[in-house]
Amino acid sequence: MKRLAAAFAAALLCASGGAAVPVAGPDQALIDGDKMPRKLSEFGLFVSGGAALQAGVVPYELHTPLFSDYADKARAIWLPAGTKAEVGGDGTVAFPVGTVLIKSFSWSGQGGGKPVETRLLIHRKDGWTALPYVWDADGRDATLAIGGRRVPVSFTEPDGTPQAISYAVPNKNQCKECHAEAGAIIPIGPKGRNLVFAPQWQAFRSGRFTWPANRIAPLPRWDDPKSGSVAERARAYLDVNCAHCHNPKGSASNSGLFLRWTDDPTGVNYGIGKRPTAAGRGSGGMEFAIKPGDPDHSFLIYRLESLDPGIAMPELGRGAVHKEGAALLRQWIADMPEAKKN
Amino acid sequence: MRIHGLSRTAYLTFAAAALVAAPASAKTISVSADTPDANEKLQEALIMAVSGDVVELGAGTWKLTDGLSLDVANVTIRGAGTDANGSILDFSDQQGAGEGLLVTSDDVLLTNFAVLNTKGDGIKSKGADRIVYHELRVEWTAGPKETNGAYGIYPVESTDVLIDSVFVRGASDAGIYVGQSKNIVVRDSFAIENVAGIEIENSYDADVHDNIAMRNTGGILVFDLPSLPMQGGHNVRVFDNIVKDNSTPNFAPKGNIVASVPTGTGVLVMANNNVEIFDNAFEDNGTANIMIVGYRYPYKDDKYQPLPRQIFVRDNAHGRAGFAPGFPGGAEMAAAMGGSIPPILWDGSGNAIVNDDVGVLSLNLPDVQTPQSEAKPSPVDLKDSAPAALPGIKLPASMEAKVQ
Repeated sequence: MKRLAAAFAAALLCASGGAAVPVAGPDQALIDGDKMPRKLSEFGLFVSGGAALQAGVVPYELHTPLFSDYADKARAIWLPAGTKAEVGGDGTVAFPVGTVLIKSFSWSGQGGGKPVETRLLIHRKDGWTALPYVWDADGRDATLAIGGRRVPVSFTEPDGTPQAISYAVPNKNQCKECHAEAGAIIPIGPKGRNLVFAPQWQAFRSGRFTWPANRIAPLPRWDDPKSGSVAERARAYLDVNCAHCHNPKGSASNSGLFLRWTDDPTGVNYGIGKRPTAAGRGSGGMEFAIKPGDPDHSFLIYRLESLDPGIAMPELGRGAVHKEGAALLRQWIADMPEAKKN
Repeated sequence: MRIHGLSRTAYLTFAAAALVAAPASAKTISVSADTPDANEKLQEALIMAVSGDVVELGAGTWKLTDGLSLDVANVTIRGAGTDANGSILDFSDQQGAGEGLLVTSDDVLLTNFAVLNTKGDGIKSKGADRIVYHELRVEWTAGPKETNGAYGIYPVESTDVLIDSVFVRGASDAGIYVGQSKNIVVRDSFAIENVAGIEIENSYDADVHDNIAMRNTGGILVFDLPSLPMQGGHNVRVFDNIVKDNSTPNFAPKGNIVASVPTGTGVLVMANNNVEIFDNAFEDNGTANIMIVGYRYPYKDDKYQPLPRQIFVRDNAHGRAGFAPGFPGGAEMAAAMGGSIPPILWDGSGNAIVNDDVGVLSLNLPDVQTPQSEAKPSPVDLKDSAPAALPGIKLPASMEAKVQ
């Protein structure tokens, strides 16, 4: 079907009298430059006229993904010809200049499942650049929305609840709020321990990624009990959904709440017995971020289950409550022995 | 009150002389509230600005649904005024983001506009060195409500912070809150009907002067809290302020430390080192004009120091105080002492020198583990010879030049 569409598009071009257009791949010069093209198609990452990936742009998945309003996310990566990404011993990936990380957001109940938004994270010489594109109504191309946008979106939650939300496409600065480490933009999701190498990825992995000698244990899948205990899956969830801000170099550094996979989960800086500091209304009248054995009096849960902008966490990119994620964290806190209580 | 304006004027003259001409490429980007998609247009302007630019907000009201942010260094956001005819960023219908405006770049000047009714904080700056907040209004227009946002003006993790001539009202935590920062001046500002009017928390080297803090729950707070990346707050001077009628019942969400501030508090120092409180005018603070206490909550942080140390109080003018102590047992204490307690209250922990000619009441709770219920209040004399004066705060000349 995709191939057919491409052939049709090519035929149209010929019919219009233009010279035969070669199947353009990603435009590396544009990727490497400093432009912010108005149209997503200019990068050549997608087959012209839709959201099908261009040859050489490889889809990937994550063990535990970031929740974004129940969106289906299609992730893909472009590595420039002849380059390799190097996975470090701590699981971080050194992507070469010229890399593009691509993430498209869609909902099956929305516009026939066509993507609503595509975000690019481009590794340029002077660092990573984040660009948000909103797909045009005809689904043939997407337009830069540098100031962000709100898009009405309808979908059905996994438990059957119909939802209509005002989906927030982040502005360029908001991309940075989550993706910043010590003020510079970095990728969040594709870490060595979180990348899934499905069979179709295997060749790409071996050819384009170099791995450290010591094996990196994969992050548990938050929703797969076979992949880890409740506590392990809860911590994987917190790592992916929270730790990009809640780390000593992230946007929430001043909170003193650090939720990385590598942080000590028994410490006060992990939230157990931690009193609110700049939480404002986010404390919900509770004394502790995490009160062992008592999720109803743990304001970490309160903030995850709220949609009020003065309370909700994360602050950006969440217009719906992730009921299943919150349920996992509730169970984790409920299971904690109260003896650990501060 | 002494007038400190003279020395400031002399300093400013010097600062203005040092002002360097703006780069030739600098431009003014004017944005109007009257265009469709004004929210997006204004955000685009803040993204497309380059160093040296002024983003000029026309007069009018922006109805904003999402937080704005600035991440470009050396940019000015300038409005046409803070009153109803000025430049109003109205967040009454805000759907996303934890604050109205977020600044994450250095050398930014924010001046002459209003931010109203944000769901979370009003204006936050994080890691934004040499930021200047000047002639701004941040307000929750319905007055004190628990559902108001937490902080009005909220610089955090920054070096060199100037807050000058701002008006804040209605914050459910602190109107002006400076956290985990260094080299700070808060002056000529007006904080009314917040839980805390002005709060300096986990910060080093601050001058809070010539402000009016009235009808808050607590007027001016100097705090140090555990389990935060930057702690050991010290070197804070609170002087030449009017701290009056801080009588608004505490409307902070429970759980927050500020929810424990007794209604009727003038200046409250908790667990800080080297704080000077002088030349202020206090009046009608029902609990106390000045309170000096330790941090009395359990904490797990070996580096934390919960006691107030080297607190120095002198030359303040004390009006009526202590007539409605807003802490457990306070009413009984006041009754026993003839209707009111002395204007200065010390929990008995750490150390302080009080040379004001008014009474000091000690609760005699020297270690912070002893519960307040075991207080044994008694008058105490804390007069002693003055310690060496703390140095005043000097901000970079480039910052002072911006407010001239």
